[in-house]
Amino acid sequence: MSMAEYKLRTPVSEEEVRKLSIGDVIYLTGTIYTLRDAGHKRALELIAKGEKLPVDFRGMAIYHMGPIVKKKDGEWEVVSAGPTTSTRIEAYEYDFIEKSGVRIIIGKGGMGKRTAEACKKFGAVYTIFTGGAGALGAKGIQKIAGVHWLDLGVPEAIWVMEVKEFGPLFVIIDSNGNNYYEQVKEKVGQNLKEAYAKLKL
Amino acid sequence: MSPQEFGEKIKQATIKLLMIAAVYLPRDVKSALEEAYNREKGELQKKMLRAILDNLEIAEKEKRPLCQDTGAILFYVKVGEKFPYMGSLPRILREATAEATELIPLRPNVVDVITGKNTGNNVGNYLPWIDWEVVPNSDEAEITVMLKGGGSEAVSMMKVLTPAEGLEGALKAVVDTAFEAGPRTCPPNIIALGIGATGDIATKMAKKGLLRPVGERHPDPRIAEIEKKLLDAVNSLGWGVHGTGSGPTALDVHVEIAERHPATYAISIMVFCWAARRATMKITADGKVTYPSHSFLEKEG
Repeated sequence: MSMAEYKLRTPVSEEEVRKLSIGDVIYLTGTIYTLRDAGHKRALELIAKGEKLPVDFRGMAIYHMGPIVKKKDGEWEVVSAGPTTSTRIEAYEYDFIEKSGVRIIIGKGGMGKRTAEACKKFGAVYTIFTGGAGALGAKGIQKIAGVHWLDLGVPEAIWVMEVKEFGPLFVIIDSNGNNYYEQVKEKVGQNLKEAYAKLKL
Repeated sequence: MSPQEFGEKIKQATIKLLMIAAVYLPRDVKSALEEAYNREKGELQKKMLRAILDNLEIAEKEKRPLCQDTGAILFYVKVGEKFPYMGSLPRILREATAEATELIPLRPNVVDVITGKNTGNNVGNYLPWIDWEVVPNSDEAEITVMLKGGGSEAVSMMKVLTPAEGLEGALKAVVDTAFEAGPRTCPPNIIALGIGATGDIATKMAKKGLLRPVGERHPDPRIAEIEKKLLDAVNSLGWGVHGTGSGPTALDVHVEIAERHPATYAISIMVFCWAARRATMKITADGKVTYPSHSFLEKEG
């Protein structure tokens, strides 16, 4: 497994994304958008109706994350901003990658076959930021440039964030459709018998 | 102290309790993570554990919640029968939670089940959750708060086994839960198995297991032995740090048991993410407050 390090800036090109392999580490600079379950759902509904989204996701990065924020002198500030579990969003991600043109997905906990398929077909990667590391995440976010769909609640809104060397992000699904977690799961499956044996099961 | 002053004092102390729980990981958990970092040979996993430790440092230095999911807020209250203003505690804990949400701040995590609307202040029906235990012949109160993240709670299970399935079935369920959870629960985790007569007793026992510090064994040597074997078995799965295939899957496994019914063998398994945030405060009848789970903060001032 490779572990090359890349510093990327959004928007990223398909060519840049296609260079990345599972195990690579990325530090990301530029604009990223948060998007969770409810945000994906609404975005896909709007796209289906032919309506315009509040931001252009082409070449951009989305972050499965619901931050802690506070308002100071009328401006939003990020307090803590680590990833949420991406597996819940599996139901939406294929369609979203296809229709939005997003190139980098940031989350934690892994995604499934359909997302891997979309990464391969349309040129995208799924990466993870260290789960639970909300304070470290906030450190990489320089400012909140805007917010959309706040009616969905603070965690589910789209937060537009300016980031600087945000990471480390670990590539878990690359644009060849390789899924790092599937490889680990296969190994873990083989270990299951040994685990039972330790308990005389 | 007037009842109003006393109530205000408990409220402020509870806001502080929520703050230290959100910002400072208990030392038993932090030490276990440091140990995992020092032992780790995998390049990627070492980088990830470094990110976890850096995160703890930033959180403490800047007094930021270490994880943005400040959880479902669960209070475990052990109240002496002679503790004054026991009846005011539910109101005080709810008010403190709403104020702490604004002040610290915490993420508003209370959502209407039907409409999906967020209440915005972490207060709603049965949230914060308050669990009660009354202590005879005592005039003190001990309040523990757990900030339970959604990702790790998502794999919680409760099942009533048959007595024939019994202990073996329970042990298998722990391994299977860890196997299925994989990277989703932010491992390395603390895993707890609760056993009892009914589903609700088993879940209560499991939560009790999550409240016990990492490295502390059950006082019953038979159960302590089971815990050691379970820890070994779960770690032999090899999911590792954030499911990346190296390092610990679990920092510890705890088992808590109640007696069962002749026809039932209820089990519950609960998982805590590495960000296992819990904090305890003690309040004496004359209003003196201490934080025994975070006594290191008093030494640091």
